[in-house]
Amino acid sequence: MKRKWVLLIPLCVFMILAVFFMVGLNRNPREIPSPLIGKPVPSFALPDFRSPDKTVTEKDFAGKVWLLNVWASWCVSCREEHPVLVKYAKEIGVPIVGLNYKDKYADGAKWLNNFGDPYTLSIIDADGRFGMDLGVYGVPETFLIDKAGFIRYKQIGPISEEVLYNTIIPKIKELESQ
Amino acid sequence: MIPEIGQFALVLSLILVLIQGTLPLIGAAKNIPAWMALARRTAQGTFFFLILAYGCLIYSFVVNDFSVLNVANNSNTQLPLAYRIAAAWGSHEGSIMLWVCLLGIWSFAVSVFSRHLPEEMVARVLGVMGLITVGLLLFLLFTSNPFERIFPMPADGRDLNPLLQDPGMVLHPPMLYMGYVGFSVAFSFAVAALLSGKLDATWARWSRPWTLLAWSFLTVGILIGSWWAYYELGWGGWWFWDPVENASLMPWLIGTALIHSLAVTEKRGTFKIWTVLLAIVAFSLSLLGTFLVRSGVLTSVHAFATDPRRGLFILAFLALVIGGSFALFAFRALRVGTPGAFKPVSCETALLGNNILLGVSCGTVLLGTLYPLFLDALNLGKISVGPPYFEKVFVPIMALVVLLMGAGPLIRWKEMDASSLFRKLAIPFGVSFIAALLLAIMLKGFAWTSVVLLTLGFFMAFWILSTLIVRLMQALSGDLAKKLRRQPASFWGMCLAHLGIAVFVIGVTVVKGFEAERDVKMAIGDTVEVGGYTFKLEGLEAVTGANYDATRGTFALIKGEKELRKLYPEKRIYASHGMPMTEASIDSGIFGDRYVSLGEQLSPESWIVRVYYKPFVTWIWGGCILMALGGLLALIDRRYRVKTHHPAPISLMRYTLTGNTVIK
Repeated sequence: MKRKWVLLIPLCVFMILAVFFMVGLNRNPREIPSPLIGKPVPSFALPDFRSPDKTVTEKDFAGKVWLLNVWASWCVSCREEHPVLVKYAKEIGVPIVGLNYKDKYADGAKWLNNFGDPYTLSIIDADGRFGMDLGVYGVPETFLIDKAGFIRYKQIGPISEEVLYNTIIPKIKELESQ
Repeated sequence: MIPEIGQFALVLSLILVLIQGTLPLIGAAKNIPAWMALARRTAQGTFFFLILAYGCLIYSFVVNDFSVLNVANNSNTQLPLAYRIAAAWGSHEGSIMLWVCLLGIWSFAVSVFSRHLPEEMVARVLGVMGLITVGLLLFLLFTSNPFERIFPMPADGRDLNPLLQDPGMVLHPPMLYMGYVGFSVAFSFAVAALLSGKLDATWARWSRPWTLLAWSFLTVGILIGSWWAYYELGWGGWWFWDPVENASLMPWLIGTALIHSLAVTEKRGTFKIWTVLLAIVAFSLSLLGTFLVRSGVLTSVHAFATDPRRGLFILAFLALVIGGSFALFAFRALRVGTPGAFKPVSCETALLGNNILLGVSCGTVLLGTLYPLFLDALNLGKISVGPPYFEKVFVPIMALVVLLMGAGPLIRWKEMDASSLFRKLAIPFGVSFIAALLLAIMLKGFAWTSVVLLTLGFFMAFWILSTLIVRLMQALSGDLAKKLRRQPASFWGMCLAHLGIAVFVIGVTVVKGFEAERDVKMAIGDTVEVGGYTFKLEGLEAVTGANYDATRGTFALIKGEKELRKLYPEKRIYASHGMPMTEASIDSGIFGDRYVSLGEQLSPESWIVRVYYKPFVTWIWGGCILMALGGLLALIDRRYRVKTHHPAPISLMRYTLTGNTVIK
């Protein structure tokens, strides 16, 4: 009855595949380790969103732990993320800098008016140059930067409450204590 | 109100389909005629409510009801009507809904065109299809409700992804899904055979038309997708080995094997285990494709929104359907068939080789597609598998398939004398090889590597053609008119589909061997030459479309001194997404395409421009059309109509057209 075993092969192959799928579901194929982690944040001099004649640079945050959150009014996932930032801005406790990425100024302003402004300040990257330096390839993305100006963590995709509590806030606490 | 009706219709169809998936199956097992008889009624009721629900969804898109989340996310008041309708399947929810609806349509078709099948068989087939529908409806209602409302209602929607705003979107998903879902019929027939333990030539004759129809749809669906990528992405490629493309290619390969295996089962009563296995695998791969696209386990241009909860649900569903049917297969397959006897040199052997080679080629595609996932799951790093792998592994296997394909139709069933086969094949082989070699040298001179590749490509095409000619001569020798009439439609279908492969191979060979492309910086007045054609940039202007702003270039296409025509490629910025989209402009002809697209703007006056010359590229899609037509032609074979107990859809159309008499 050797043949009987042969008939079990498709089932076995499928079961092995299913195990891999199970593991694969919990991973994000888009999560590519950023080469910028552990490197200083690229230098920039960009206009302040609220008063565009003022220029903001990375040096303004020297000595602080801060979050750099890339957003745009045209970005669908940002709508998912935005309420989380608005709700927990206080709890996050460090400056949250918005990077308004490749956006029209009026659209961005309308967005902040409608949905609230969780940002300590926002900077304007209308042509996406700074975004390119940061290696942004999808919006939203969030960078966590330490007191010495080094990027310590990068969140790809929207920040959910889960990500905030399990990853970002613990990391902020750790960096603050250094 | 309308969305609620749609929602309600979905719930009602779920209730009906729960009955369809249980009582008829139990009835068939316990021989309760009244329960078996429920199968048709419930399938037809389900069909009605599913169509009603889908109508409600389309209506919500057409009237811009932005209080429905799905509409608000995927449509916009500025979106043209055709795309508002297409947007109904542009989203995750909508595409699953389309899946379920098409399953409803196929079940309905089975319920209508199965009057001559034994009740027990109908009950089992529709019961299995019902169970599949149950799973998908639960998925739809619990994780991806297309009718979910939002409050407050936004003033306008976010618009359909600009990449999808294309005539391709209107056709590609429905065709592809018709193919995917259509394999559920063959699958259900296979499971029904395993359940009942009865599988004979009549069973194969019932399954064949359904499989051919699904296969033809799948072929057309893949073809439209390929053509769409060719002109929409602006890279001039027609196949990218993207995981989602692979996901559609795999069921096609297995479906192709299934069609051939069914032929053996019908004509010779053997290969039953193969046929059942292939039918299960073809549909499993269709489900797997849906899983890969919808769960986000792989990176692909097609994966838009992903949600791990949905992934888990589909995976559980896959485990039940695929795991369950494979388990059934493992324990029941020996009941339906025992290996038949045939000699090494026979048509059976050739078709066995065909099954194995197509299975192996599908396996290599599966491996290449899932390899990144395997490595990541084992923490061995992140990689991506690209075209070089697929070209190196897949192409040689396909070359073997083609070699066999030429010989196959000339080999007799059961047994054949090896030397007479050799005599038949020697001439086509020699002629094809010499013609291919001469043609390659004529076209390329003595550049050996390209001559070898070209010779190989041309040889495969000529081999198919010459063996087909031999086969035709064999079929038509003697009284031509009489013989012409005597050949069944399935024979002509085979010829046409094989011819399609030859045309496809010529297209691929010539494109690969002679395509030319250039990326150049151009300002107004500049010219660029590619493949003997000159493109001259004559103007750049701003244009405004329904929901986008664009820069439009005007190019003159010049051959020698003569201007052939103007081409107008565009770079569009869609207001709602701020995403730049490339609209290539193509001068398409039987012997080649001239293709121009705008790349990046360098200064107000100058652009990076991509120009391509793609000789014979249309033959690639032309070949696919021939294949699909071949499938349809085989479908109208009178053997699926003449005898009284056949389910072939066409047959009943004939019944209704001609009263009760069938063409003699």
